Amino acid sequence: MTTEELKTLKSDKVVDARSMACPGPLLAAKKAIGDVDEGQIMEILSSDEGTKSDIPKWCRKQEFEYLGSIDEDGIYRLFLKK
Amino acid sequence: MANELEAQVQLLEAQLKKLQKNQPKDQLSIIVFSGDLDKVLAAMIIATGARAMDMEVKMFFTFWGTAMLRDKNKSPKGKDFMSKMFGFMLPKGSTKLKLSKLNMFGMGTAMLKDLMKKKNVASLEDLIATAAEFGVEICICEMSMNLMGFKKEEMIDYPNLSYVGVGTYLSDADESKIQLFI
Repeated sequence: MTTEELKTLKSDKVVDARSMACPGPLLAAKKAIGDVDEGQIMEILSSDEGTKSDIPKWCRKQEFEYLGSIDEDGIYRLFLKK
Repeated sequence: MANELEAQVQLLEAQLKKLQKNQPKDQLSIIVFSGDLDKVLAAMIIATGARAMDMEVKMFFTFWGTAMLRDKNKSPKGKDFMSKMFGFMLPKGSTKLKLSKLNMFGMGTAMLKDLMKKKNVASLEDLIATAAEFGVEICICEMSMNLMGFKKEEMIDYPNLSYVGVGTYLSDADESKIQLFI
């Protein structure tokens, strides 16, 4: 998805992992995904650059659809569809 | 002709079954031999991360690694002199571990802990709690425990902590996709 498309997305669940270092954001995402239904969109906020590569890999393993990320002044917004 | 084909299919099926049975599980098995703070931190980060990736995780604590699992608030009775001395010289639990490098009589270790706090890196104690919450399995090498003179009563409260031998480790490692020695 393009950044413009991502910006218009409505997230069903937002995980705020902005103050966390590795492996915090991944663990927070794992914890939160249980509350998300099939087909819903989850957004992860992180200030840890490693998360940008971790979440797509996690999605591939869990068979979630990774939609892309937006960088906003050092905060990464990552989107996935369960 | 048809009989031959059937026999071949049966043979293939049997081979496939055998292959499937020997396929490693989505499991990570880690030997934690070291009692150095930096190394144990790495082990715990990988272990908790693997649980987030939905892998089964088995950690085997052996030799110096066992000292991390001591509870600083527990003092078991009935140790002999040598065990007492040994226990006294080794770190009593996760808060007492030192860096493998740059320890500088504890100054480097304190500096790292301070930096970790500033940079929001989870402390070893937090990671152990997270590991328990996420279901990381911890096994302790019984022989190492005896050698170091540690008793079960002085170990941390951790869900389903088990005391095992090398056979358990080998059989679990045999079934694991990833094996690490730290």
